[in-house]
Amino acid sequence: MEQLYTKDTQAIFWNNNKTAIQRMLDYDYTIQRKTPSVAAIVAPTSNNKFDKFFFGPDEVMIPLFKTTADAKEAQPQADVLLNFASFRTAYDVTMEALEIGGFSSMMITAEGIPERLARGMNQTAREKNVTIIGPATVGAITPGAFKVANIGGTITNIVQSKLHRAGSCGLVTRSGGLFNELSNIISINADGIAEGVAIGGDRFVGSVFIDNMLRMEKNPAVKYMILLGEVGGTEEYKVIEAIKSGAITKPVIAWCIGTIAKYYDSGVQFGHAGASANGEMETADFKNAAMREAGIHVPNSFNELPAMIKEVFEGLNLAEIPEPAMSTVPAVRRSKEFICTISDDRGEECTYAGFPISSVATPDTGKGIGDVIALLWFKKQYPTWATEFIETVIKTVADHGPAVSGAHNAKVTARAGKSVVESLVTGLLTIGPRFGGAIDGAAKYFKHADDNNLDPKAFLKYMKGEGVPIPGIGHRIKSLKNPDLRVTGLMNFAEEHFPSTPLLDYAKTVEALTTSKKENLILNVDGTIGILMVDMWRALGYEEAEINEFIESGTLNAFFIVGRSIGFIGHVLDEKRLAMPMYRHPMDDILYDVQEAEEL
Amino acid sequence: MAQKAIREYDAKSILAKHWDKYFPDFTYAYETVMVQNGRELTDVAETKTWLKEKALVAKPDMLFGKRGMNDLVLFKDTKPGDVSLAKASSWIDEKSSSDQSVYFSFDGDKPTGEPSVDKLTHFIVEPFTPHTDSEEYYVSATCVGDNDVIYMSAEGGIAIEENWDEKVTEIPFAITATEEEIAQAIRANVPKDVAEKDKANFAEFCIGFFKAYRELNFAYLEINPFVMQGNKVELLDMVAKLDDTAGFMMVEEWGDVAYPTAFGMEAKSPEVEAIEEADAKTGASLKLTLLKPEARIWTMVAGGGASVVYADTIADMAGIDDLANYGEYSGGPTTGETKFYAETLLDLMTREKDPQGRGKVMIIGGAIANFTDVAKTFTGIIQAFEVYADKMKEVDLKIYVRRGGPNYEKGLKDIKEAADRLGLYIEVYGPETHVTDIVRMALEK
Repeated sequence: MEQLYTKDTQAIFWNNNKTAIQRMLDYDYTIQRKTPSVAAIVAPTSNNKFDKFFFGPDEVMIPLFKTTADAKEAQPQADVLLNFASFRTAYDVTMEALEIGGFSSMMITAEGIPERLARGMNQTAREKNVTIIGPATVGAITPGAFKVANIGGTITNIVQSKLHRAGSCGLVTRSGGLFNELSNIISINADGIAEGVAIGGDRFVGSVFIDNMLRMEKNPAVKYMILLGEVGGTEEYKVIEAIKSGAITKPVIAWCIGTIAKYYDSGVQFGHAGASANGEMETADFKNAAMREAGIHVPNSFNELPAMIKEVFEGLNLAEIPEPAMSTVPAVRRSKEFICTISDDRGEECTYAGFPISSVATPDTGKGIGDVIALLWFKKQYPTWATEFIETVIKTVADHGPAVSGAHNAKVTARAGKSVVESLVTGLLTIGPRFGGAIDGAAKYFKHADDNNLDPKAFLKYMKGEGVPIPGIGHRIKSLKNPDLRVTGLMNFAEEHFPSTPLLDYAKTVEALTTSKKENLILNVDGTIGILMVDMWRALGYEEAEINEFIESGTLNAFFIVGRSIGFIGHVLDEKRLAMPMYRHPMDDILYDVQEAEEL
Repeated sequence: MAQKAIREYDAKSILAKHWDKYFPDFTYAYETVMVQNGRELTDVAETKTWLKEKALVAKPDMLFGKRGMNDLVLFKDTKPGDVSLAKASSWIDEKSSSDQSVYFSFDGDKPTGEPSVDKLTHFIVEPFTPHTDSEEYYVSATCVGDNDVIYMSAEGGIAIEENWDEKVTEIPFAITATEEEIAQAIRANVPKDVAEKDKANFAEFCIGFFKAYRELNFAYLEINPFVMQGNKVELLDMVAKLDDTAGFMMVEEWGDVAYPTAFGMEAKSPEVEAIEEADAKTGASLKLTLLKPEARIWTMVAGGGASVVYADTIADMAGIDDLANYGEYSGGPTTGETKFYAETLLDLMTREKDPQGRGKVMIIGGAIANFTDVAKTFTGIIQAFEVYADKMKEVDLKIYVRRGGPNYEKGLKDIKEAADRLGLYIEVYGPETHVTDIVRMALEK
């Protein structure tokens, strides 16, 4: 790896730090990246599936996951982990990600991770050839390609400090604030930076100066390097060694801060946790002198650093860097209140999941209501066998006579003089766990049993434990000998057209057991629909988790609602046509048992 | 932060608490008490009766070594091993009644350098353990570079430092070394001078010691010497540092451990303690060290790196005699936290006028922030100005501000307006001015 990040680099951001993520996306937009640099967010305690961020004037949705593993599975191309977990959990998050694999670098922001854990984490990463930036850092940047979280500050500052495009300096610092300051100094006195890393302020950080500088040595965009060290530690000596051995040949400018520390005893902690001199070799003065000795350009003080940079840079006689085109992030942006992912009425013609209405509406299109449902409910084009199954279901459940509770309610309401819509919703409101809900229940429980490899006996026992009768099993009068022809029709259709019907096959073994106990404990129409819907989705290639989500969100019920609305409307229109009077229930059909209220 | 020294008493207590886990084959009596005066020792003897029954050893427990060389170990009254409870009590009272001079370096028996002078306030008292020199051993562990290193020697005591290279066997271990690897290496490298009969025991003890060092998050752990009599072990002297960042995981393991100020170090002022307390409660960082509170230049600088650059520059340009404090605030502190930090500094800097009649200087500095909202933090500083404006004028305080970062224009404008309204002298600069240039400007006035 000669360059830490490219314009295609994408990250998984651990912790939904909205400001930092928005800063990254603003940067992406400014430098005209095609894709947002954050591909996924890990937010363990959030139940949301995505969060909205601005990408220029528009908003984009970045998916949220509960675990790093899920995020990585969904976004395998994202090979940078930005670990914004607290010092309590940052170690676990890093170790888990190292275990998952597929990351080239990880940045850890937390300050004060227990030293032993930090060392273990850094060592494990080293063995797996993963570059760690941090802990206790603001991150790193490859200008014009990718920036980590907050590094560089606001967009205004980034452009001012020329961090929006690659310059020619390789910058390494410990401090994050001074990183920013130096970017500014470099933009004024030279032509900006090609890559920069703030390695972090803790005593044990993953990649150290030398790791980053050896990479920069290989990076042709880097023409010279600037190292801002600190009192404490011996990392600067590794750089000196590399220069002496010829491993680093590009010019290096360096300064170690903390020259003041010599005036005080070791009890005064200047700056970062790593900044405490044990012995003369670790003092800033000693390191500055040693670096000067090794041929590094070392100024006399931090205040003379800008002039030193100017001198070295001008000596290199580099060609001027052309200013690239930039996009401007709008100053005022409004977040959208609603999101729509199914239809779009902004163009010439409204579309259903990308298909103009006219392309699915008329018979010559060959599309039916099943296709429209597939587009608007599932945002997919289903094959004919599936859309025909959906239509079969809707037709099958359209009505079941006037006596069922929903139809009865709709009829009573219509007779009270209410409109079609009022009467219809009265009927619809009856749909729930006891009316129509068996479709949901059958799908849920049979799938659960099948997923867990329960044999029919174990399934019956399980349902007994749950304390509910098996949804989708049982009919008032129908039995194996006197089958429900609706069920027969559905099953025949499935047998002929479905690629396979594993859940129905399983359900039939259950039915064999229940009917051996009682004749009418057959798989009824609700059960058959619920079970075949699962088989349909499986055959269409949906993941089990997605199917569970359909069941949880009440999608199966929705087929019943659509279908039965047809019947309800029929009953309502029937009442209107017959001009039936207001309905009053006969008193002799009510058991009155009213006691005088006791005084308490 | 990070590595903090603890008392010998606490180090022994932590090991004793987990003794059976790390040293199942050895026994340790854990007869040790820490007291602050003779009276306390007599009181504790009511429950710890060994204090009355055994000959005692008493010494200060205040994070410094070479106590024997400084004649601060009581082990004999008329002859070694005859110190009674009464003698120990009176000795402790005597030693704690007046300032003691302690030398930290010696040339042979002769002290060198300046002594530290301070009061002795904490003493550790233990039974006198009769033993021969050959039963004294040495073991310690710490982190060197990327590795943990165990140091083992057949010779304990203060002489260990002489001829260190010859007497001490050291084995480095990577952080990822397994328990088996460690045990194997220690067993294979027992110092040759360890008595033959003790060799196996010595290795097992060191294996347990190193495991305890690793698992209990010690940053440094030394027993010098320990006495091994069969399976009975006495820890005669211990030095330990903990990695206090591991504190949140070690609440149960460490128990109630204190991080005292070392002997000779000035006790922390209440202001510094208050800032430390505030720092512990926030995700941001608030640090304060008082260097010379009567000096005239005070810094309130944002950022761990920038604060050091400012201190360097002041030391270069004005010398350290004029520098009153070192400190930093960073990591996006709230307005309230910044106000508290600023008030603490303003309170300290406005207590006395400069003895030479010069005005005082407050440097409100910082680099270009990455994410700290400058206007928000400056609102906290302005609120503190409002409280201290009159006092600030009394000491003729001049304020120099330099800062960049999110919302810095508003922050600079707000602080300038507030100072003007309150009649305070202020100069305000943004990122176009070199980060430490305000130090030069302030000194030229």
